[in-house]
Amino acid sequence: MAKDITSGYEPLTSIEAITAGLGEVGYISTAQISTAVFLAHGLRKPILIEGPAGVGKTDLAASLGRWLDLPIIRLQCYEGLDEGKALYEWKYGKQLLYTQILKEKLNELIGEADNLSKSLGKLADFEDLFFSPQFLEARPLLNAMQQDKGSILLIDEIDKSDEAFEAFLLEVLSDYQVSVPEIGTIRAKVPPIVILTSNNVRELGDALKRRCLHLHIGFPDHVREQRIVRARVDGISDTLLSQLVRFVQSVREADIKKRPSIAETVDWARTLLLLHSSSLDEQFVRDTLNVLLKHESDIAAISPQIPKMVREAVGTDSGGRTASGYPDLG
Amino acid sequence: MERQISNFIRALRSADVKVSTGEALDAARTVAMIGYGDRGLLKDSLACVLAKSEAEKDVHDKLFDLYFAGSNKRSSAQSEAEDRDDGSGDSESGGQDAADAAEQMIALTQPGNEQALATAVERAAEAAGLNDIRFSTQTAYYAQQMVKAMGGEALQARLLDALQRSGAEADADAQRMIDARRALTMAARERAERAFEVFGAGETEKFRDDVAATKRLTALEAHDMARMKLLIAKIAKRLAVKHSRRRKKTSRGILDVRRTMRANAGYDGVPFNVIWRQKKKDRPKIVAICDVSGSVAAYVRFLLLLLYSLKEVIPDLHAYAFSYRLGDVSDILEENEFDGAMKKILREFGLGSTSYGQAWSDFKTDHETVIDRRTTIIVLGDGRSNYGDPRLDLFSGFAGRAKQTIWLNPEGPALWGTGDSVIPRYAPYCNQMSHVATLKDLERAIDEILTSYS
Repeated sequence: MAKDITSGYEPLTSIEAITAGLGEVGYISTAQISTAVFLAHGLRKPILIEGPAGVGKTDLAASLGRWLDLPIIRLQCYEGLDEGKALYEWKYGKQLLYTQILKEKLNELIGEADNLSKSLGKLADFEDLFFSPQFLEARPLLNAMQQDKGSILLIDEIDKSDEAFEAFLLEVLSDYQVSVPEIGTIRAKVPPIVILTSNNVRELGDALKRRCLHLHIGFPDHVREQRIVRARVDGISDTLLSQLVRFVQSVREADIKKRPSIAETVDWARTLLLLHSSSLDEQFVRDTLNVLLKHESDIAAISPQIPKMVREAVGTDSGGRTASGYPDLG
Repeated sequence: MERQISNFIRALRSADVKVSTGEALDAARTVAMIGYGDRGLLKDSLACVLAKSEAEKDVHDKLFDLYFAGSNKRSSAQSEAEDRDDGSGDSESGGQDAADAAEQMIALTQPGNEQALATAVERAAEAAGLNDIRFSTQTAYYAQQMVKAMGGEALQARLLDALQRSGAEADADAQRMIDARRALTMAARERAERAFEVFGAGETEKFRDDVAATKRLTALEAHDMARMKLLIAKIAKRLAVKHSRRRKKTSRGILDVRRTMRANAGYDGVPFNVIWRQKKKDRPKIVAICDVSGSVAAYVRFLLLLLYSLKEVIPDLHAYAFSYRLGDVSDILEENEFDGAMKKILREFGLGSTSYGQAWSDFKTDHETVIDRRTTIIVLGDGRSNYGDPRLDLFSGFAGRAKQTIWLNPEGPALWGTGDSVIPRYAPYCNQMSHVATLKDLERAIDEILTSYS
């Protein structure tokens, strides 16, 4: 395993170091997540992350970048995304402008040549000049290859892109190089750590899956969610934290259209904190439920169960675990 | 150690987890990085490298626990076994004095020798080719082969010898050997069962699936239905994936001069961005009409399954059911699980005496507007109309208005036109008349429909 001395990936020495490092920047990792990052670096392979919306797929890439102090280069996928927007584009406008400026100069040059073949040769020199890195507009993929100390390349929501684009990504992902026909192949100085996320809008191709490590991030368990909320929301009391997380977890078990994500738990915790509530109470929950649930029908489905859920969330708290005892995750 | 991982991959493959050679190499590199020391870590890592979907992860975790069961004992036993000469398993004991071999075997079963026993069992498993086990009925055979490989014959000989002698000492001796033999057989059997779970269970499932897929639908029994439903769900998913792919935008064809000029106005009319004229394809509608009358009672489950799976693949499907009266069942299919949907449909429309004529005239009055020139009509039924008026005038009207009409018939062509079947009279108006009798036929038929649909 050749370790690149000049890369910015040195802190990725062990799984424990990754968990601790991500913790420093406020990302509460699990054994699976840290293992995947460790392997991604060790095997030089992209990670494909799947899971419901709002469980921290994108945030993992951002946190890695913050911790390792590397640039995060993000490519948001959408239908119709093509090479021109993902890889590189020629700066047409600039080329055109330069041609205009050089017009007279060109005449002079060609004028000097006595015959057609000579002037053609001279023109060919210019052509090479115009199709040179100087006129190359780097888009995210090329940009990620050109970073001196490595980078975190986040290809977000790959399932929203077309299949053709997925196939096109294969070269980038397996060899960390891109081909520009006019210039040649550009290899990454230091291969980026690539993170792809997918919400499973469509099934991804086998070829892509084969080239990636696969990580599934689900909704967090009670303990991990508490830690995440604590890391994001300052000054929240242990009682409220434990109660609200338990409430959210029981909401997730209900049969609703969109289950609340971690982001929504955090928003809700902030809301409750702003309202100065020190513990969960039925009225507060009823008033602020729209922060947690985003569909009218979901709110209608949960409303009748609120008294029971609040009772359970508050009731079990006295004999429950303390927030400090974190069992081993994973 | 390498063999341990490659065998594990074999087990995964037999359980329908697709592991490519590249992924197998990744797994080997992963093991080189991580080591076998920490099982939890190894499990997470291999799950990451080998299992590429949530379903595969479940299979992986289950197999991992089975395969690495009693992890440390087994792995050290196996490596020890591999250190020795290959095939030493039986030749060694055969070459030595039979009495010694038997004594050794008895010693193995004594308390405190678990390590040695595990080693011997592992070696015997290797010698007997246990990893080739495919069916649960083979466990007894493999267990026997393993006992033999461990030197069971020598023990048997000693036992016969002891039984022929008389006296308390000989009796005790014999009892001791019987116990040892039983203990060894138990150990071997246990090992064989575990091997079956790892290597065989997946194959057996696949075998059963294959049988169900080609079995005639009328011959399927109640206990097959669960399997069928799973298979149908699989097929529906496969078809949905295949047909939800968007058509690739064509970047060739005829130049669209007007749009090209406009797009390049900024470049002084120099055509940097070339735009091609594209043909727009109409998105067709599918209307499925299903016969649920008494004459198709034997097929009704299947016809409804077909309707149900179509609905899953094509969300904007218009579905109708009839026996005497015809009604819209799209909402019922949408809102219920298959069993519930079937009960509701049969309660409302089901199993009366058929009248295709009445059904067509109901359709004409209430739903005719859903048919336009983009519509594909699919009729599911046997075309047995109790000698009533088939109302060809109405049917030909629908068929003429629609883009295409497809009839899927659970009866074979030999029966068409016999008795009250009016299929041959409907046939001229259909673009396609297919006999659908097995799950395989069903998949092909839906595939064809969807191919013309997208």
